[in-house]
Amino acid sequence: MRHIISLLLENEPGALCRVANLFSARGFNIESLSVAATEDPSVSRMTLVTGGSDDVIEQITKQLNKLVDVVRLTDITESAHVEREMMLIKVRATGEGREEMKRVCDIFRGRILDVGETTYIIELIGDSAKIDAFIDTVDDRLILEVVRSGSMGIGRGDRMLRV
Amino acid sequence: MLQFLKDEGVEFLFGYPGGAVLHIYDAIYKQDDVKHILVRHEQGATHMADGYARATGKPGVVLVTSGPGATNAVTGIATAHMDSIPLVVITGQVPTHAIGMDAFQEVDCVGITRPCVKHNYLVKDVHDLAITLKKAFHVATSGRPGPVVIDIPKDVTHPDIKIPYEYPQEVRMRSYSPVQKGHTGQMKKALELILSAERPMIYTGGGVVLDDASEELRTFARSLGYPTTNTLMGLGAFPGTDSQFVGMLGMHGTYEANMAMHHCDVLIGIGARFDDRVVGDVKKFCPHAKIVHIDIDPSSISKTVKVDVPIVGPVGSVLREMNAMINATNRRPDAQALEAWWNRIREWQSIDCLRYEQSDTCIKPQFVLQKLYEITEGDAFITSDVGQHQMWAAQFYPFDKPRRWINSGGLGTMGFGLPAAMGVQFAYPDAKVACVTGEGSIVMCIQELSTAKQYGLPVKVVNLNNRYLGMVRQWQEFMYESRESHSYLDSLPDFAALAESFGHVGMTIESPGDVESALEEAFAMEDRLVFMDFITDPTENVFPMMMQGKGHHEMLLSEMCRDRELA
Ligand SMILES: Cc1cc2nc3c(=O)[nH]c(=O)nc-3n(C[C@H](O)[C@H](O)[C@H](O)COP(=O)(O)OP(=O)(O)OC[C@H]3O[C@@H](n4cnc5c(N)ncnc54)[C@H](O)[C@@H]3O)c2cc1C
Ligand SMILES: Cc1ncc(C[n+]2csc(CCOP(=O)(O)OP(=O)(O)O)c2C)c(N)n1
Ligand SMILES: [Mg+2]
Repeated sequence: MRHIISLLLENEPGALCRVANLFSARGFNIESLSVAATEDPSVSRMTLVTGGSDDVIEQITKQLNKLVDVVRLTDITESAHVEREMMLIKVRATGEGREEMKRVCDIFRGRILDVGETTYIIELIGDSAKIDAFIDTVDDRLILEVVRSGSMGIGRGDRMLRV
Repeated sequence: MLQFLKDEGVEFLFGYPGGAVLHIYDAIYKQDDVKHILVRHEQGATHMADGYARATGKPGVVLVTSGPGATNAVTGIATAHMDSIPLVVITGQVPTHAIGMDAFQEVDCVGITRPCVKHNYLVKDVHDLAITLKKAFHVATSGRPGPVVIDIPKDVTHPDIKIPYEYPQEVRMRSYSPVQKGHTGQMKKALELILSAERPMIYTGGGVVLDDASEELRTFARSLGYPTTNTLMGLGAFPGTDSQFVGMLGMHGTYEANMAMHHCDVLIGIGARFDDRVVGDVKKFCPHAKIVHIDIDPSSISKTVKVDVPIVGPVGSVLREMNAMINATNRRPDAQALEAWWNRIREWQSIDCLRYEQSDTCIKPQFVLQKLYEITEGDAFITSDVGQHQMWAAQFYPFDKPRRWINSGGLGTMGFGLPAAMGVQFAYPDAKVACVTGEGSIVMCIQELSTAKQYGLPVKVVNLNNRYLGMVRQWQEFMYESRESHSYLDSLPDFAALAESFGHVGMTIESPGDVESALEEAFAMEDRLVFMDFITDPTENVFPMMMQGKGHHEMLLSEMCRDRELA
């Protein structure tokens, strides 16, 4: 199963390495990882997307919790949450395809950020499934570059991950 | 730094100098509160500090230089990490402005050690030094202990920087708070299960030693009357000569301990981590049992084997609480069922699975260990290296006290034994300390004989010299049709002469009739290191053995026991 784990990390050099190291050392897989500072300069927040059986996920959360730099952690997929990822995608857009590409972009509620002579840069925001779906929809040969931020997530309502 | 170490109560600093730590060495020169021990190789320093820590329960402290000093220490750090031993390892680093420039003797020490420490730090500002040292000691010694590395660039220790120092009395870390106490509800649930057992088994490990909870364990086991087994790391936590003790379990555990594991209906795991050398094939592990597991590290629980009632907490405190609960209830285990269970266990015991064939002409390694036990009255500190000799020491030297059996279990580091024994001897100068080793392992840190001479450490080295990497040869015999690929050790030195050249006493013992007198003579030399080179039977194997992929009930017994194997 796919799990989204949110962590608050001490904003220390090496903290990110410790997390990445743990995944490679123990053979856990990482689908995506995104990390940045928060309103509190002493912590950064990381969102990790991983997959595995319940036993594996249990080990992952326990092992992460054991890292001295991990302040708090939660598996936000355990309850209601919001997930967003951003993609910048550069596509070939020429001739008839140009109009068609714009239509697909509109259907997915994407935005065209840059209009080149033969290309578009499209910005798309949504959960990872939506972004995957967009990529699947566009003809492979028209895709020139893909940049994905990796998922971010946050629990709904009163569920909070704070120091 | 030296003032801090003194305030922290550090007695010994095991180290080796070099460019990046010269400022620190200059400070060492100017004081004599913290005794610096000059080793001959940084690996030796880490194992010595480790032996000291295992014997005393206090953290071992190491100081090495940058680059090769740090990399030489890595094996010892990883050894401590696998066995959860508290070490604080201070490594020198190139000056802050040179970091990342491929400077002379620069390695990314924090990066290299990251996977094999509990935590590590790079101190870039002298103002952070005292508090970081405090954190390092705190993290190393609390919760599930482990090694902590502090990498200190040379400019941070420059003698011209003068800042006010105050010993940080306490340290608070919001991201690190080990469990102090178990969950009472879980304990009640566990007790319910424990008291309803008909074929119970207590399986304890290194956690009991680390938490100094032997007393609580004894009370617990005795009040229940349940059979008790220890892992290799747990030996001594429960008295080895106790009638409830059924020996070590696992790959080279006793037949009775492993059979009891297989047939038990309730397994009580205490401070043990269900290691693969203990479990064997996970699919065949304790097929009839409900499992209780007490451990301070949540990630140890259900890591390899799914448990039914986990209790996260320090063993000592959890057992104290559970002992009080046992006291408070008048429920007792089913005496009849327990009696029947013990009868089965006694039957398994009657096989006498550790029996070996004695010889008049050739020294049997087991015999040496039995004599060592007699002559030291079972009261010595025994360290070991890694191999067959390690297993025989575990089998033939029953430990009645914790912290007496000191060996590298998790990493299995050859070369550990001698420096570890020296670390123990530093802590207890008057104690009998013996290092049981093999001719393969001993040479991996043999240089420390020189350190032993310098500090007058009267360690007794018991070298079980079978001219083979015996453990490797045994596997080749069993699994590779005796193709002895590179397990025979050619061109061995004359160990007695080698020891003499270091200024110690050397002996070569070739006849079984001389074993006892040699040991007596050696232990009578209370102020000398004696190296006893016992020329032993090269063909002897360690039995019983649980081969890979087998369950506890499928042990391979020695030939002489095989005919008596029971169902
Ligand atoms: C050649 C060779 C052969 C071996 N054969 C065997 C064998 O036959 N049998 C065997 O048993 N081992 C054997 N080993 C050793 C094996 O590899 C493991 O090192 C050992 O089994 C682990 O012991 P343990 O489970 O007690 O764990 P340890 O490594 O001692 O771990 C301690 C456990 O206790 C927990 N703990 C720590 N502090 C506390 C506390 N305060 N409160 C509660 N819990 C705590 C930790 O979280 C951890 O889970 C062999 C090793 C070698 C090198
Ligand atoms: C540093 C290191 N290298 C290799 C091994 C693999 N190994 C395990 S036991 C062993 C043989 C040890 O030989 P010896 O010290 O003579 O002991 P014996 O088994 O003969 O008693 C080897 C090579 C190890 N454990 N550690
Ligand atoms: Mg050998």
